[in-house]
Amino acid sequence: MRRGLGLAWTYVRLGFLNEMQYRANFFVAIFQSLLSVAVAIAVLALVYSHTASLHGWSQSELLVVLGVQILLGGFIHASVQPNMERLTQEVQDGKLDFALTKPADSQLMISMRELRLWQLVDVVSGVIVVMVGVSRLHPAVGVGHTFAFLALLLIGASLLYCFWLVLATGSFWVVNMWFLSDLFEGMYQVGRWPIGVYPGWLRYSMTYLVPIGLAVTVPAQAMTHRLHWTTVAVALGFALVVFALARRFWRFGLSRYSGASA
Amino acid sequence: MTQVSAIRSMWDFYVVGARTTMAVQFQYRAAMYMYTLGMVSEPVIYLVVWRTIANQHGGTINGLGVGQIAAYYIVWTLVRTFNIVFTPFGWEWRIREGTLSSQLLRPIHPVHYDMATFAGQKVPWLIMYAPIAVGLGLIFHPVLHPNVLQVVVFFVAIWGAYVIRSLNHFVLGMLTIFTTRATAIFQVWFLAELLVSGRLVPLTLMPHWAQSVAAWLPFKWTFYFPIEALVGGMSAHTLLTGLLWQCFWAAIGSALVFVTFRLAVRHYSAVGN
Repeated sequence: MRRGLGLAWTYVRLGFLNEMQYRANFFVAIFQSLLSVAVAIAVLALVYSHTASLHGWSQSELLVVLGVQILLGGFIHASVQPNMERLTQEVQDGKLDFALTKPADSQLMISMRELRLWQLVDVVSGVIVVMVGVSRLHPAVGVGHTFAFLALLLIGASLLYCFWLVLATGSFWVVNMWFLSDLFEGMYQVGRWPIGVYPGWLRYSMTYLVPIGLAVTVPAQAMTHRLHWTTVAVALGFALVVFALARRFWRFGLSRYSGASA
Repeated sequence: MTQVSAIRSMWDFYVVGARTTMAVQFQYRAAMYMYTLGMVSEPVIYLVVWRTIANQHGGTINGLGVGQIAAYYIVWTLVRTFNIVFTPFGWEWRIREGTLSSQLLRPIHPVHYDMATFAGQKVPWLIMYAPIAVGLGLIFHPVLHPNVLQVVVFFVAIWGAYVIRSLNHFVLGMLTIFTTRATAIFQVWFLAELLVSGRLVPLTLMPHWAQSVAAWLPFKWTFYFPIEALVGGMSAHTLLTGLLWQCFWAAIGSALVFVTFRLAVRHYSAVGN
């Protein structure tokens, strides 16, 4: 465990140093982040110009959902997506051997090698949007809910990581996975709106099958006085089960890998 | 006679380019389906949100009924499929890797290669989308009663939209020859397109100022017009005038492609290979 953490930290430092070579990209990332936040807020304004509440959610509450979605999106784009895309590319090219032959846990290795530091700008943007949304809510959010929010964010991040891992593990069967980021980005947009808005079939599939709804809406519920403590327990239990299943699936997929170029 | 033969050989070029892409696409059916699923989520989200608002207000919003909203977004996906063209982000890659050099050695303008290739993708995508459209229809109950003229104009308009968007993106792609990286400019372009094309929402639900802005830009002719041609109650005059507007924007796009390509090639210094 300690060795794994040390390895992860080394990769984070390496990723940091690598990204620091391209500092101009920081400003590009800021510009892109500002633009995407501006678009999202414009869309919200448009929606709320036609209604006072959306399925019981006010504009400020929806701002919190939006902030969480942007925040978790920043984490995915900075850390999870680049690693998983590298994995699928290496399976296709037969280069995964280089990661597998290293004396460390294979899942840890393939999940830690890339870091796009500047994408973390979205995490900051998301936090700001959440704070703006929360500041407009009455009554104010308490300490307990804030801690629950942080814990649920971690659970949400873990769920999204597992979802990506399961998708990327699919590359052991479907070798050409060029569609992966498009598929995820398309589905991830579902999280921009409270999961309760969607019809039953979509709500359940986006909560349990593709856990985007759970990952985004539940943390937002903590900050908008909608959270039941049983939801926290269910989310935690579900995240543990999903992590165990994703790990099993990864190992199952790995057993099919034969190293195309070796 | 020479001109007829030139047109004929260009037609053959397009047919071969499209058929080749079709064959390649059909090899990766699972990948194509996954991509289609990702693409469908965007209109489904918009549809659900606007349907929820309409239901909260007695079933209509600015005169649009729930069934019309459903029809708009189901046809939206069809139009979006036709609107997929070679992206300006791809031009960044072409310039950085220097792959444009080999394209310049070919006897036909590069825009034709992109247009022929992406035209071929439409057929497999349509085949993939058909069962999804049926499923969405069964779930969301669209109201769609087009007459023959609407159907004919729609089929012309989706190709018109494809041509306009291809040409515009080619012009944007030319910027990368001057800047190597033009992501920020593309982002602004796509933002404008999202807001005033009818992609995000039927233009009638947008504020009046946004509708006025949209009238002066090419975007609405690539999304709103083809969709409304099929689902809206446009008169024959409006439908045919719309096609003329598409011709106008295609002509502007062609002129810009001609000018920007000449300028860009002069500046091109073959980065990469």
